[in-house]
Amino acid sequence: MAAVMPLLTTKGLSRQFGGLRAVDGVDFALMPGEIRAVIGPNGAGKTTFVSLLSGRIQPSSGMVVFDGADITTMPAYKRVRLGVAYTFQITSVFANLTVFDNVALPVQRTLTDGRSKGQVRTSVMAALERTGLADRAGTLAGQLSYGHQRLLEVAMGLALKPRLLILDEPTQGLADSEIDNFITLVREIARDATVLLIEHNMPVVMQLADRITVFNAGKILADGTPEQIRANRQVQDAYLGATHG
Amino acid sequence: MRDASPAKTYALHIGVIVLLFALNFVLPDYHQGLFARIMALAVFAMGYNLLFGYVGLLSLGHAMFFSAGLYGAGLTVYHLGWGVPEAFVAGVVCGALLALVIGLLALRTSGVAFMIVTMMFAQAFYLLILYFAAWTGGDQGLVIQQALRVVSIGGASFDLTDPTVRYMSALALFAIVLFVTLAVVRSRFGRVLVAIRENEERTKMLGYDTVANKLAAVVASGAICAASGAAYALLFGYVGSNFASIQYSILPLLWVLLGGAATTLGPLIGTLFMYYVTDITSGFTSAYLLIVGVALILLVLFAPKGIMGSIRERWLGWLP
Repeated sequence: MAAVMPLLTTKGLSRQFGGLRAVDGVDFALMPGEIRAVIGPNGAGKTTFVSLLSGRIQPSSGMVVFDGADITTMPAYKRVRLGVAYTFQITSVFANLTVFDNVALPVQRTLTDGRSKGQVRTSVMAALERTGLADRAGTLAGQLSYGHQRLLEVAMGLALKPRLLILDEPTQGLADSEIDNFITLVREIARDATVLLIEHNMPVVMQLADRITVFNAGKILADGTPEQIRANRQVQDAYLGATHG
Repeated sequence: MRDASPAKTYALHIGVIVLLFALNFVLPDYHQGLFARIMALAVFAMGYNLLFGYVGLLSLGHAMFFSAGLYGAGLTVYHLGWGVPEAFVAGVVCGALLALVIGLLALRTSGVAFMIVTMMFAQAFYLLILYFAAWTGGDQGLVIQQALRVVSIGGASFDLTDPTVRYMSALALFAIVLFVTLAVVRSRFGRVLVAIRENEERTKMLGYDTVANKLAAVVASGAICAASGAAYALLFGYVGSNFASIQYSILPLLWVLLGGAATTLGPLIGTLFMYYVTDITSGFTSAYLLIVGVALILLVLFAPKGIMGSIRERWLGWLP
């Protein structure tokens, strides 16, 4: 069997903020189709790391390769067109636009790029059906409940037809009942796309992730299946120790 | 809101054009002239609104785009003897090119810096007009003679100094620009512009080159403002440096704020309102600017979204 090419790799990826090495020489590989969770204590560099992947910030050194192409210096909007979508940690839907218009923006982008075909309206409604927001299409996004805004955020990510969907703390602020729906949704997304997930909610991570990468102080501390990570002594000390005694 | 009731939206806009057309036949001479002026300047306000209302970029230098059109049309007629249509096109092209250059430079900034940079460029443009007084007439300006403002189309000739021809020309330009802006704000491009206004960072992360979109909006806005300036020169026969002064950068902002930013009809309503408040109050007192000021303060206090913006908020949510 031929080795499968990773969808995304980083080599020696670093980012300094003044004297702080927020991300420090990270070598990382993500296989197509997997659900990968990134965990780690606060300030471990998780959000900085995914921001480097999405192009929201530029690395101080190192490189990012997506689907065989070096995208280290590529601006964020071009990475999105290649299929790297990022949903924000803090919900940032367009509050003054309708739910419909929020999703129409990513949809018309994929139409313009020729990555999908058809009418804006049909594709928007399909994405809204999938996330259960269809009956709220005409509502202003700012008037949605917090949970629904998070779902809208995911719908916008989905509408971009991503090959890699980066979700930054997607379950933050969701009620338990909403979390179950969310897990189903991510599994569904993972049938067409690779998912990279920053998450603090350990039950969600354990249920969803194929593999887990643990960050600590800007470096990768461990990498493995949920079982391996659960059993890893270093990880327990650095992170899980607090919750698992 | 955008995809709802396009029929109502078009009916309303066509209704406004029909009403303005009918007014030509009932307005007394003085008001007919004033309305022609208001329609020509409302085009300026619409161009400003495209950038300020929809993209959220506050420029304090739009007088340069208006006067680029004014001088682009005026000087080609005056010095080169160009016909009216060619001169009009020259004015619009001057405005669009200037907007392209200014946009490339000024869009490196945002917020307050963008205001200051656009204002400085406009001041430089104003001083250039004074510096080249040999051609521009300096602060005296130039009067374009009646003979130069006659358009002949297929044997028929139209004298732009004739009140009805002038009114109808201003209305035609106004109608075209109104429907162009309506089409733009309802288009995919318009949706991206509003998204940039609401959250530029997020728009980038949806795959949009926001700088290129903003540049396109600056050029469109500059071209529309230049069309207004070119029409003004040709219809009213005067080209003067006061149109390039800071006052004419602030006026469109006021008109748009009064009428309602990010509404298609707001610029017309705001321009109309300002002109008539000034006109009526100056009949009673020489301190009319005081009354204009009070009217502005009341509007900001009680209808901060402007006239059309408040109507949309309270009663007609479907207004574009």
